[in-house]
Amino acid sequence: MSSGAATGAVASGRPHRPHDTWRKWAEIAFFVTPALALMALFVAWPILTAARFSLYDWKGLGPLDDFVGFANYAEVLADDVFRDAVAHNMIIVVGSIIVQLPLGVAIALLLNRKMAGQGVLRTLIFVPYVLAEVIAGVIWFQLLQPEYGLIDALMNGIGLSPPGEGWLGTPEVALWVVLAVLTWKYLGLAVLLFLAGLQGVSEELYEAAQLDGAGWWQTQWRISIPLLGPTIRTWCFLSMIGSIQCFDMIWVLTGGGPADATTTMATYLIDEGTNRHNYGIAGAASVVLFAIAFVMALVYQLVVLRRDTKEAA
Amino acid sequence: MPRKTQALAALCAGLMIAATGCGGSGDSGGDDDTITWWHNSNNDPGKGFYEQVAKDFEDANPGVDVKVEAFAHEDMLTKLDAAFQSGDVPDVYMERGGGELADHVEAGLTRDLSEDSKDIIDEIGGSAAGWQVDGKTYALPFSMGVVGFWYNTELFEKAGITAPPATMEELYAAFDKLDEAGVAPVSLGAGDGWPAAHYWYYTALRACSQDVLETAVADLDFSDPCFVEAGETVDEIVAEKPFNKGFLSTPSQTGPTSASGLLATGKVAMELAGHWEPGVMQGITEDKQGLGDKTGWFPFPAVDGGEGDPAAQLGGGDAWAVSEAAPDKAVDLVNHLLSDEVQKGFAENDMGLPTIPAAGSSVKDPALAELLKVRDESPFVQLYFDTAFGESVGGAMNDEIALQFAGKATPEDVVTATQEAADKEK
Repeated sequence: MSSGAATGAVASGRPHRPHDTWRKWAEIAFFVTPALALMALFVAWPILTAARFSLYDWKGLGPLDDFVGFANYAEVLADDVFRDAVAHNMIIVVGSIIVQLPLGVAIALLLNRKMAGQGVLRTLIFVPYVLAEVIAGVIWFQLLQPEYGLIDALMNGIGLSPPGEGWLGTPEVALWVVLAVLTWKYLGLAVLLFLAGLQGVSEELYEAAQLDGAGWWQTQWRISIPLLGPTIRTWCFLSMIGSIQCFDMIWVLTGGGPADATTTMATYLIDEGTNRHNYGIAGAASVVLFAIAFVMALVYQLVVLRRDTKEAA
Repeated sequence: MPRKTQALAALCAGLMIAATGCGGSGDSGGDDDTITWWHNSNNDPGKGFYEQVAKDFEDANPGVDVKVEAFAHEDMLTKLDAAFQSGDVPDVYMERGGGELADHVEAGLTRDLSEDSKDIIDEIGGSAAGWQVDGKTYALPFSMGVVGFWYNTELFEKAGITAPPATMEELYAAFDKLDEAGVAPVSLGAGDGWPAAHYWYYTALRACSQDVLETAVADLDFSDPCFVEAGETVDEIVAEKPFNKGFLSTPSQTGPTSASGLLATGKVAMELAGHWEPGVMQGITEDKQGLGDKTGWFPFPAVDGGEGDPAAQLGGGDAWAVSEAAPDKAVDLVNHLLSDEVQKGFAENDMGLPTIPAAGSSVKDPALAELLKVRDESPFVQLYFDTAFGESVGGAMNDEIALQFAGKATPEDVVTATQEAADKEK
């Protein structure tokens, strides 16, 4: 915010010359056009195309001529599998936040203290986030294999019995296993962001707290955590959007199964579109997914993030 | 920042090249002397064999240039999908038949071969049925196999099973004997959907008469009670609990813990699969032998009280099709590919099960030769239902059957879900 004010001041301090203005706009156009063109080509165009497909009964072949209005939307919204998919997405949204948030804050607070092996610990926690999601998925798929996987072997070794049909093959368990793997994968990002947020807390505040006789726990509760607020709110936003679009990990681990127990909106629309060639249905599902993500993002911006922008302003 | 833009520009350029690259290969449609041919035999001996076939064809047809592109199977399907959507189909390509083909025909992408390949179609006989739409033949099947139980002869012996099961009772008895011997009876890759669906297809084939099945495929009508009976037999099989642990999430063919991998490594005794299975198992095992000489095969058992002929088999195959925009020479190439000579070479190289009778005796692998005999003696071969009905109905059907295997759907649910998806197609 402050840097914006500074440039404004500089600009207004100099007399306006038409040539300057023209040059400024040319520069802006020059730098922005490629990005805009790419956005239009790879973001706006696909969204519009999907929206268009959603109004037709189309198998992917031949002309787009069988207009059905909103019939595809009615079908998607009436489909139990899609409704379950929305529910699964919401479970992932909420599950990710209530598990990763306290865990992430706790780990960040601990790692923020000066101690031996700090660098190693930070790296260890951050490594899963660096792995590509598909690769992490394949690794966990192998680890979670019934009978022959490492997890089952370890459990059998210490006398525990893994679920009857395997971790990913038991419908009642599969979604929670996926959530656990997602937590393992993304906890590092939360910790990293929170650590960065903690760097911004002024040493003076801690010193003052110490002078007032506050203990470590009290200091964290009264100072660190409240000042971490903006970082936490931003992280929640990223986590929420990521969870709604959740695809790669599920596709690799379960493909949406067993018995649709882990279907998300994204796997649903890929299955309907690419696998079954119901492009109209897939288009409608993708528009619904977009709408849900958009509304959630908007509400979050208005209700939660507005505090931060206001405070900053 | 500039580095980022550069990378993006490079990416963009790359995508554009890739896009035109895909599109470009089919552009030769208008050129009378260039034929593009896509196939999926991308390793030897198949790859080399097809290169030679193309070269021989070029020599016999001066001035003709055959551009052969060999893909891995899945890559080819993805590329073909994109090609069909852009309408820019290669001149000679592979069709799997059924509803998928019907869609291509309806979109005017695939050429009618009924007249140009009449003699060959007669020679192929009943196997061509899966590639016919409204009485016209649009592709010539060059390989046609049937599905059955592949088993480990050593494990069967160990469990004291003397003859392959011929009825469901005998099959269930075999499950019990294997259990007692401490061997998991059957592997199933239900994670991929269709392997589980094949059980339902077979029980339907045993429960329903040929007439009912042909009506179902033609009119998408599943009102005959035999379809529910089929599901009831599936319930019976599932209740026997013969499958590997975690079968609901097991993949069919990838890696040693897939359904094929479990069979290939001796962890289970049998698996219901098609003619591709020996090849798949060879690809998974380190010595490239698969089950080797322990490989056995038996057809899906008879079901008591069913209307279907116990000798009817479920199967499918691959056929060569010519795109509507292709030059006439492409039809000559396809006819050449179905000649006795090419089919014999195809069989000798163990690339599949030939459809031209003269090539039958050239199949070397004993298990495949046995399967060929079963195929040729069967009164009819039902094309895999998901292929026959097309992706949309077939997908809904496979999904509901997978739910049934998970105990989340009844035999009636499967029929209802299939009929609902089918009604949308009408």
